[in-house]
Amino acid sequence: MITLLFQLFWTFFLIGLFGFGGGYAMISMIQGEVVEHHHWMTMGQFTDIVAVSQSTPGPIGINSATYVGYTAMVNAGYAPAWGVLGSLLSTFAVVLPSFALMLFISKFLMKHRSNPSVEHVFSGLRPAVVGLIAAATLLLMNSENFSSMSENPWRFCLSIMLFVFAFVAQKVYRLGAILIILLCGTAGIILGL
Amino acid sequence: MLELFKTFFKIGLFTIGGGYAMIPLIEQKVVDEKQWMSREELLDLIAVAQSCPGIFAVNISIFIGNKLYGGKGAMVGAVSTCLPSFLCILTIALVFQQFRENTYVSHFFHGIRPAVVALIAIPVFRMAKSAKLNRYNAWIPVIAAFLIWIMGVSPIFIILVAGVAGYVYGKYLKDDFAQN
Repeated sequence: MITLLFQLFWTFFLIGLFGFGGGYAMISMIQGEVVEHHHWMTMGQFTDIVAVSQSTPGPIGINSATYVGYTAMVNAGYAPAWGVLGSLLSTFAVVLPSFALMLFISKFLMKHRSNPSVEHVFSGLRPAVVGLIAAATLLLMNSENFSSMSENPWRFCLSIMLFVFAFVAQKVYRLGAILIILLCGTAGIILGL
Repeated sequence: MLELFKTFFKIGLFTIGGGYAMIPLIEQKVVDEKQWMSREELLDLIAVAQSCPGIFAVNISIFIGNKLYGGKGAMVGAVSTCLPSFLCILTIALVFQQFRENTYVSHFFHGIRPAVVALIAIPVFRMAKSAKLNRYNAWIPVIAAFLIWIMGVSPIFIILVAGVAGYVYGKYLKDDFAQN
């Protein structure tokens, strides 16, 4: 158990330290570490966590760190109380680098923030973040989230329709994420996905 | 100090959808109501915090907390921004644990999953626009996505390499290319 707690701490510390590019880039990192590398949960469980993180108050990064810390402990067979400890530790770890960084910045960087070296680093980071989020999307397009033609053709076809609906609803009609999530969830119940 | 706690607790509580949705609320509270800093100062802070790693709203709250009350203020800022998330998520996690096997809950989440994937696909296009992709750097996201998706490379590693490569290219190589 100590090992798992330590791994959670270290993982989220790294994510906090290198989490450039906002919430969705962070989602990609959490996915990489938590699902692909450590196998603490399945891609389906992770998708549910992202759904909850998007539709509850607070930053997505904090929400998902809290939820992942809890789920990783409970999935490993520990009681919910240990899950709470896991989420506490993960949240603490993900904000820890921010302290050092912001204190440093308040002393130095605010004065010369148009530093060319910083600009150089970001000329590499910005395009990479686009790739990170694209990869997260591609990894989420699996049979656990969409089912498959052979496994459950009904759910597979409806899933693709819901995907297209959600995409168009947000991109073209600017519907809010929470409303889209609630609509698709309700459709899931009515259609018996 | 209590004002600081209350302000950032509210900011954490009332912003759904995260990150940049918080900016108008932060501006209203911090500049207009409490007058903890000028609008120009806050705009500078937002610009810096956006290019920092970590969670945007937490970075802002740590900075303002530190400005007002030093180290203790920074801690109060961070805790008050995280607390609403923490309480909400834990409540949901504990409740969800019990209803996970329920058929309706399962149908509900099966319906949600494709929508979540779509909601993550959209920022790709938005970020591509703000990253000013052109024919010289458009290969970077393609290669990055390929390495993560097919080869299973860690996104953290990709970010590290991209940052270092951007620095090296900008500092040492760009001028050479320009001369040739």
